[in-house]
Amino acid sequence: MSWLSGIFVYQYIDMLDINKIREDFPILKRKVNDRPLVYLDNAATSQTPKQVIEAIVDYYENYNANIHRGVHTLSQEATDKYEQARIKIQKHFNAAKPYEIIFTSGTTHSINLVANGFAALLEDGDEIIVSAMEHHSNIVPWQMLCERTGTILKVIPMNMEGDLMMEEYEKMLSNKTKVVFCNHVSNALGTINPIDEIIKKAHGVGAAVLIDGAQAASHIVADMQALDVDFYTCSAHKICGPTGVGMLYGKEEWLNKLPPYQGGGEMIAEVTFEKTTYADLPHKFEAGTPNICGGIAFGAALDYMHQIGFKNIAEYEADLLAYATSELLKIEGLKIYGTAQRKTSVISFNIEGVHPYDIGTILDKLGIAVRTGHHCAQPIMDFYKIPGTVRASFSFYNTMAEVDTLVEGVQRARNMLL
Amino acid sequence: MQIKEIQEEIIDEFSMFDDWMQRYEYMIELGKSLPLIEDAYKTDDNIIKGCQSKVWVHAELQDDKLVFTADSDAIITKGIIAILIRAFSNQKPKDIIEADTDFIDKIGLKEHLSPTRANGLVSMIKQLKLYAVAYQTQIK
Repeated sequence: MSWLSGIFVYQYIDMLDINKIREDFPILKRKVNDRPLVYLDNAATSQTPKQVIEAIVDYYENYNANIHRGVHTLSQEATDKYEQARIKIQKHFNAAKPYEIIFTSGTTHSINLVANGFAALLEDGDEIIVSAMEHHSNIVPWQMLCERTGTILKVIPMNMEGDLMMEEYEKMLSNKTKVVFCNHVSNALGTINPIDEIIKKAHGVGAAVLIDGAQAASHIVADMQALDVDFYTCSAHKICGPTGVGMLYGKEEWLNKLPPYQGGGEMIAEVTFEKTTYADLPHKFEAGTPNICGGIAFGAALDYMHQIGFKNIAEYEADLLAYATSELLKIEGLKIYGTAQRKTSVISFNIEGVHPYDIGTILDKLGIAVRTGHHCAQPIMDFYKIPGTVRASFSFYNTMAEVDTLVEGVQRARNMLL
Repeated sequence: MQIKEIQEEIIDEFSMFDDWMQRYEYMIELGKSLPLIEDAYKTDDNIIKGCQSKVWVHAELQDDKLVFTADSDAIITKGIIAILIRAFSNQKPKDIIEADTDFIDKIGLKEHLSPTRANGLVSMIKQLKLYAVAYQTQIK
């Protein structure tokens, strides 16, 4: 199926040929500590396929120029490609208008942009609701906002399985609620949150909803219009794209209501010393020269992901998750945190009597990359009363054999450390 | 023994190991033998910042020498701090301040010296030296 006049080539592959896919990722060939790299830190950042690397090289080798201003050919070409990337993102997320997609430096930037915008709209006594399983980047900007505006921050609690307690959420909602903020998928636990319901209920009291899709974007295609979400954000580097670029989707009406976040070039219509009028969307929120190459590479990453097929990816990652879960649980004393019914291919675990940092260190010596620590979600760690976890996160280019290597490595670490 | 001599001794011990596993197993053993800090000193003030695991260090002047005790909730980190304490504890503050730390590299733990490394070996060394600087002024 061709999509958007040939920009996307949508192919459906019934069975993913993982070995062939791995050929696309040069980094997967490297060795770490004399062992083949087993990269299981995909929730922190995904690896980059050569198709995306080539897009980056192509930009710098052939049409590097500043955009939206120049009359010369390179500038035109760069502008076209950058705007095409915006349209790719728009189509991917099924946003109604291309200018509802704002390029940002990533999820954290997007959240700050929205939180800062709401500072102008909120009043003393208004309420903001966040979930208990947020990343620090989702908690701190709202806390800062509350300090500035006198707004009250409320938290949707979670249960031991790592599911949000929706009945508590309903009780919190009132006409004082102005913004609800929640991640689509928890970075520490992998829980897929019921954002449909969260959005509907928030709209019932007239509150706006911002969903952080950073952890969801590589696993789930979120449909902006079907969700009827007000804001949605993600980072390119978790979807096979480069670091330093991401997107913020905002409904047109909301983007018009929010004041600009940063002042500078690109975001103005007219400037005099008496008054500046702001540019139209999306430029109102895109001050200064953007990450042009990053934006274009973001588009290339989405092309790549669609070529593999999100449905295929989801199915295969579910298999990886099921296999890794059952194999890891065979290890004595191993406990998994986050056992929600609906979760992405993330396993956060600890071994009784062993510090996660020690396990991570031994795994690194074995060439296995995992994340250890609190995963920028200290409230979750406090909830479980643990210092942190070991987090293995799987992507479509990981193999079942790599799951075996992980399990052997964890077993070995356990034997050494206990 | 002088700091330099102790460091040479540690380098000798580590040179016996052929691979990382033996080195780490030895470090884990060292961690278990660490002179433990008294619980009263396991306070937030004594925590070394910059470590993914918790590390507490307490320093005490005994005559003209500085004696360190420490603990960590992670065993490899405990091993690393045990090595540092063996090299720097029971020494004159002035010698601790002036001591170099090349031996870390020589025993194959260079990777832990990277500032991005979450165990904060760099922070630990810095903290031991800071204690030495602080107590040096008391001696004078």
